[in-house]
Parts: sequence; C-alpha cells; structure tokens
Amino acid sequence: MTGTVTGVERIAAAFADSGKRAALMPYLMGGFPDLATSRAIGEAYADAGADLVELGIPFSDPLADGPVIHAAATSALAADATVDGVLDVGAALAERLPVVIMCYANIVYARGFETFVDALREHGVSGLIVPDLPLEEAPVLLELCDERGIALVPLVAPTTPDERLRRIGAGARGFLYTVSVTGTTGERGALVDVEAILRRAAAATVVPVALGFGIATPEQAAAAADAGAAGVIVGSRLVRAASEAADPVAEVHALVAAMAAALR
Amino acid sequence: MITSVEHRFGPYGGQYVPETLMPALAELEAAWLDASRDPEFTTRLDELLRDYAGRATPLYLAERLSEVGGRPIYLKREDLLHTGAHKINNALGQALLAKRMGKRRVIAETGAGQHGVATATACALLDIECVVYMGTEDMRRQKPNVERMGLLGATVEPVEAGSRTLKEACSAAIRDWVTNVATTHYVLGTAAGPAPYPAIVRDLQRVIGEETRAQILEKEGRLPQRVIACVGGGSNAIGIFTPFTADVEVELIGVEAAGEGLETGRHGAPLTAGNRPGVLHGAYEPIMQDDDGQILEAHSISAGLDYPGVGPEHAWLRDTGRARYEAISDRDALAALQRVAKLEGIIPALESSHALAWALANGGSELDVVCLSGRGDKDLAQVLEMIARDGGA
Ligand SMILES: Cc1ncc(COP(=O)(O)O)c(C=O)c1O
Repeated sequence: MTGTVTGVERIAAAFADSGKRAALMPYLMGGFPDLATSRAIGEAYADAGADLVELGIPFSDPLADGPVIHAAATSALAADATVDGVLDVGAALAERLPVVIMCYANIVYARGFETFVDALREHGVSGLIVPDLPLEEAPVLLELCDERGIALVPLVAPTTPDERLRRIGAGARGFLYTVSVTGTTGERGALVDVEAILRRAAAATVVPVALGFGIATPEQAAAAADAGAAGVIVGSRLVRAASEAADPVAEVHALVAAMAAALR
Repeated sequence: MITSVEHRFGPYGGQYVPETLMPALAELEAAWLDASRDPEFTTRLDELLRDYAGRATPLYLAERLSEVGGRPIYLKREDLLHTGAHKINNALGQALLAKRMGKRRVIAETGAGQHGVATATACALLDIECVVYMGTEDMRRQKPNVERMGLLGATVEPVEAGSRTLKEACSAAIRDWVTNVATTHYVLGTAAGPAPYPAIVRDLQRVIGEETRAQILEKEGRLPQRVIACVGGGSNAIGIFTPFTADVEVELIGVEAAGEGLETGRHGAPLTAGNRPGVLHGAYEPIMQDDDGQILEAHSISAGLDYPGVGPEHAWLRDTGRARYEAISDRDALAALQRVAKLEGIIPALESSHALAWALANGGSELDVVCLSGRGDKDLAQVLEMIARDGGA
C-alpha cells in the first residue's frame, strides 16, 4: 500500500471494483485456530474472490456474538492470540485486500483510542467496527479515525428507529453495517424482510450498505444482493468451517469461491 | 420535570451495548421515568414491599457484637426480607415495570442465586415467564437456590462458558436480550450495566438507606459515624449509601472481596485494587483485565461478590472521596460468618460477612451501621464443606 490511499478510499474502491452484484466481505476470527492458520484462511479468502476481509480480534466477553464466534474467540485466546498478533495478521492480509478490524470496545479502551487507531494505520488497516460502541459513545473515536483516514463503520439493527438510523447513517464511514436480524451472530435458515431493512438503511446514508448476521450459503448471499445489499458479510459459517473442517484453508476457499460465484 | 436519569457518574457509566439494544434502553428509561412519578405504580410497589416482602426491615442493635466491637453496631436486617436478601427490592420494582411495559418474559443473571430467586419470586407473583442465567460453578455452590427457582416456576439456564460464574451469566443474559428484546425485559440484579440500570437499581434499593437513616435518628438521636456494606456490583451498598451522601460527616465504607488476597490477583475488588477502568457489560468502570483488555476472572468465596467489575457510581464515589473501599479476604469473611452466628444467632450471607468482617476488624468509630444484605442459608453446604476442610475459624 502506498501512503497516499486512505483506508476510506480503499474500502470505497473495494465496493466499486468488486465486479460482482455485491462486494463479498468474509469475517475471519484472528488467531483462530492459531495465528498462522488464521492468516492462511485470510489469504484463502483473498484467493477465492473476497473483496474485503473483516478481521475479528478475539475478546473474552463478546456480547453481540452467538455460540460459534464466541467459542472461536475463547479458543483463540486459549491459544494465546494477542491484539498485536492479530494486527500482524491484518498487516499481511492488507497487502492483498482492504482489512476492517472488528473488535469490542474494551480492546480499544485498553490501548487508548489514539494509540489503537495509530496501530491500525501502521498495520495498513482500512476500517474499524466496534459492535458495542453505539452512536452516543462513538464521537471521540470517530474523530481520531477520520484524522487518519480510517473508516469507523457503524452498525444499524432492525430495532433502530428511523430518526436514529438517519443520525447513524449520516456518521457512517466506509459502509453501513446493517444487521439482518434482531439477535446475535450465527447461521440462520432464511433471510426475513431484508429488502425492507436494506431499503430503509440505504435511504439513511450515502455509503454502501452491507448486510450481515445470518448469511451462510451462496443462495443467501445472492438473495442479499438481489434484495439490494451492496456488500454481503459472511461470518459464523466460515468460522465454523475453520473449526470443523479437516483442511480449514481448503474448505473456506471452496465456500468463499462458491459465494463469489453466486454474486457474479 | 426530570426527563432522563444519570448516564454518567464522572467518567464512569455510559451505554456500551450492541445497537440492537439501544432502543430498548431508551424505552426502559422512559418507562421508568413515567412509572416512578405515577402514584399508582409507586403505591403498588410500596404495598408489595410492605405486605409481601416484609418492609420496613428492622435496624437491630447487635448487643454482643457491639460488646466485642467496643461501640454500638447496628445491623440493617435485609436478611429478614422475603427470599432472604435485599435483591427482592429491585426484583419487585423491575418486574412491576416489566408488566407495565407489556413484556411477557423476563430474564435475569444470578451469581449467589439470590437475585435469581428474587426475580423468579416476583415473576411468579406477577405471572410473568422467567428465565435465569447462572454459571454452573455457581449452581454447584448455591444449589438450594437453584432448586428454589425451579419450584417458583422459573427456568434456570446453565452457563458453561469461562469461569462459569456471574460474569458469564451476565453475558449470556445480555445475548438472550439481544435476541428477544421485543418481548423481554432484562432484570439486571445490581447497580451496574448500561444506563439506565445503575440509576434504576439504586433508586429501587435506596429504601434501605432511607429506612436506616430514619431508624438510627429515632434510636440514637444522631447519624452513624460509619455505614458499612459489601460491594459486588454494588446494589445493597449504593442503596444504603445514597440517603447518607449529603450527610458529609457519615463515613461510607464499601467492602469488596479480597478473595485469596489482592496481591494474588485472585480477588473481586477492582475498586480497592485500583484496577484500570474499561468496558464490561455495557458500562465504563474499573474492571479486572489484562494489558490487551481481556476481562479476567474474579475470585471470591462468595458467589455474589465474584465479579470483575463494579457499578459506575461507586467508582465515582471513590474518586470524589465521598466513599471509601476496602477488601476482606475469603478467610476473614468465613470467620466473620461463624463469629456472628455464635454471637448473635444470625447466620449472615457470605457476601454480607465481608462487611461484618471489616466492622469486626476496624474499631475507631462511635456508632456503626452494617448492611446485613442477606442471610446465609444458601451458603450452608459450602460453608460446612470449607469448615470441614480448613478447620474453620
Ligand atoms: C446477600 C447478598 N449480598 C450482596 C450481594 C452483592 O450484590 P450487590 O453488590 O449488588 O449488593 C449479593 C449478590 O448476590 C447477595 O446475595
């Protein structure tokens, strides 16, 4: 990466140049099952056609996550994953595609906002998602991210009222992370009402709208794109593959390739 | 007119929750403000507290304890309440509020099981579905309370994650709430968590301090020199402290769990140990954590104090110097339980025994009030096992 392209610009390009109906944005639990394998999984995402990777820093108490990602975080920590270790994975992956770090607020507080955001920039990270830092608590971090060209990506939920959604949409950088269900992360049988959810989100912001939580199959990824998502986030399904498959790298490659094909 | 409750206490507090819950917190705050100024609600709650739960509780001059301590020591007898602890004050208030909000289902976290039992009780009374999250280690330590909750018609959801204690139970309850927020109210059991909980729980528990203040004035004609209470998340302590905070001559002392010793790191005393603030369960507050910000496991003999965080208002009372925080070890709490049982014929909860142990060990006062937050029945099996193993006090 040259120093002249900001994280915000790089994310915008990933959406614009995906060559798909929607950008494919797989989630990766950093340090799971170990740092080296998680890096290899991220490389496989890139090889298989991902446009952006969402890199999770494991946290001891992930309140927005369902059982699969929670268990992966616990086991990554048990395998001694550290924030620095995961950021190094991020730096390696950032050579290939834009990296957005996903981590809980205490990880950011523990380093201090400014030090944390500086570390993101030093590692070539393009964006940051903090699922337990809602609008009211975000202004200081948003300003620090803006100064460094890093996109602080907010989340909106089906429960978010319209007026609040407009305020969140107005402050969104990179993309608007639209949660498809009232619930925690995890695979789900079907996407319900996402067209209305996506339309409402798109009306509230100028950045691309990405849909996440519950998308697990190529069919669901295609359905999300059909419903108007500019980006499709796939999490638990891939984390489950990383934990269950005999050859996790090959397995996630096949899954991501199938999803990429469904979006073309 | 008051249109909001405190979200911050100095730098502490706030609302660090997934976006899905933010509207629910706003709805809860509005419902609480509305209910707390509606005489129909407050009268009904007062009636339940009096006729059902057994308020007012006595302020009892513990004569033999006073003799040993060399000054009058009064005990605020929350242990005499229905279900055996102060937790019922909060549970009845929040269950009534849930009903008013039209929520059909209530969830709660519990450590010692007292808050779970209190919530299950209030839900039985008000005919609300009740699910209580409890770590499996706590289910082992507090078996009678698990059985009680079952009899009361509540579902106890065992939580296997992490240390299988209060922190994990609380995380599991929050995840349930994220999923079922439309139908469900989360009855948080202590003065912690995201706003508006610390303020709501304080206001539902301040009845402890209001009664205490009136009772001591009547009995002694003056205010106590010290008010002493144990601090887990901090609800019984903030409840008894709040009506005294304007009385600057009254010392407020919160007693945390020193566990195996502050120096071992195996404790539940983030205020006393001076742990860095961070975000846990929706609030910014002192928490036990490592350099990366991973939350550490707390340790206490007492399930109700076995928590790596603490309510945000206590952190601010500490920083402003209005209250002081101390810590008592597992061993000293266990010894105090046995001492008070023999001296007064009262078996205190292990949690409350921390406050009693501090009072026993620290003279230098003319008149003390200790909040006896709960009774020790739930702890019997655990206490007897430890006495058999370690020889007791
Ligand atoms: C009897 C008793 N006292 C104290 C506590 C600690 O809670 P808090 O600090 O909220 O009063 C508990 C918690 O379970 C309890 O059961």
